Amino acid sequence: MDDQKKMAIIATKGTLDWAYPPFILASTAAALGYETQIFFTFYGLQMLRKDLSGLKVSPLGNPGMPMKMPFGPKWFKGINWNIPNALQCIIPGYESVATALMKQTIANNGVATIPELRELCQEAEVKFIACQMTVELFGFDHSDFIDGVEYGGAATFFEFAGETDICLFI
Amino acid sequence: MDFDKELDARGLNCPLPILRAKKTLNELTSGQVLKITSTDPGSVKDFAAFAKQTGNELLSSSEAGNEYTFFMKKK
Repeated sequence: MDDQKKMAIIATKGTLDWAYPPFILASTAAALGYETQIFFTFYGLQMLRKDLSGLKVSPLGNPGMPMKMPFGPKWFKGINWNIPNALQCIIPGYESVATALMKQTIANNGVATIPELRELCQEAEVKFIACQMTVELFGFDHSDFIDGVEYGGAATFFEFAGETDICLFI
Repeated sequence: MDFDKELDARGLNCPLPILRAKKTLNELTSGQVLKITSTDPGSVKDFAAFAKQTGNELLSSSEAGNEYTFFMKKK
């Protein structure tokens, strides 16, 4: 029995905002000396794509998300643009605009980007496992994903998860 | 306080100060001291927690203005 601490994460979301928790926790765990694995399944596979520009954030149907402008004077930045869902639906490109604003806010706050955090995870030898079943289900090809990803199923996940100190579903 | 290497983590937010510190500590040898400067208020608790969990010794943690300074001795 080794005393190496371990953490496993199941990452299931495929949006810009939800890409943060798995990569932040995994990179930090690795820095603290944890052996870490992330199992990417369903929409979480988006986080393994070579091109991460498809990760977007949507305020639609997400009442917890403040819509604030990342530029302008302080009073202007403080305004929460409460746009009704029905209106969000019919404005073309609304999601892309919201994503661009979010990326600017992220940069303004000195928060790492997703590509940066993913790279830090890889440098720290966090193991990435993609769920083969959902890769096929969504018609992805292994060539869509970055190098160094392993492919497996639920049993592969349990082999490692069964020995972990921390196990999270995100 | 004397130190062997300095890390400027100002303007960076969680978890970058910790990740950069870990990387920089890897370049030091045991007993050497790393000075870290940050502006992230969360880093005060984070560096204490990092030290506790990794065995690197947090020699001091201080605040001046809106900047935080840490001295960490490599395990």
